[in-house]
Amino acid sequence: MNVNKANEGMNDSNIAHTSITPPSATGELLVILGHAPHGSSLLREGLDMALVAAAFGRRVSLLFMGQGCWALQPGQGEGALGQKGTQSTLEMLEMYDIDNIMVEAESLERLGLESSDLVLSVSVVDAASVQQAIASHTLVMNF
Amino acid sequence: MASTEIARYLEVGQQRVALDPEGYLVDLTQWTPEVAEALAVEDGLTLTSDHWEVIDVLRNFYQRFEQAPAMRPLVKAVGQQLGADKGSSIFLMRLFPESPAKVGARLAGLPKPTNCL
Repeated sequence: MNVNKANEGMNDSNIAHTSITPPSATGELLVILGHAPHGSSLLREGLDMALVAAAFGRRVSLLFMGQGCWALQPGQGEGALGQKGTQSTLEMLEMYDIDNIMVEAESLERLGLESSDLVLSVSVVDAASVQQAIASHTLVMNF
Repeated sequence: MASTEIARYLEVGQQRVALDPEGYLVDLTQWTPEVAEALAVEDGLTLTSDHWEVIDVLRNFYQRFEQAPAMRPLVKAVGQQLGADKGSSIFLMRLFPESPAKVGARLAGLPKPTNCL
């Protein structure tokens, strides 16, 4: 991908409204979270996958996209069917040394969320950085 | 995940404490320090002040994050709360032999750690 070359100057004005931070490090596992907390168990399963890998010493990155960004909205408590809340799990990620947490800028904007309102400090990334993150991890799992 | 299947009961004073097939509490609210002592006896352990400090760290972890920690985060939490010299797997292995995360969670009245094989 020639994403770096294409960015010389002309794209700066397009992206000025979001804070774009490129993913800091490559890692072994990238877990992509694309589902909201309680519509399915996919968010929880993705987080569990990330925690298991981290518990075994793998370097894990997370990428929230689409509806998955709702997980970062404060107050994601217990679900109507008694499912565990995901906010406490997100707060626990740092204890598992999972600190490369990315959110796709366009998804955030579409959901009307601000990165400053989220429960974690995250890197807001553009589409090119998403591609780069997917390419730079050995294993990518999509939930 | 806390199991709801009752395999047996542990008698602690007047209290009857239900245990699941792996020896974890079925009703986590039944935990008391006396329960921890009784569970430790089953494991052939004598609880020292070092054990109690780690049990405290485990219970704080569960209260804050609603999950029992696997080994790595337990080491990190112990290091943060009790000092770097105790935040090591060797220190924890000595206190809770074989699997500190599992044995510790059992004695601390937490569910079995899910992310820990």
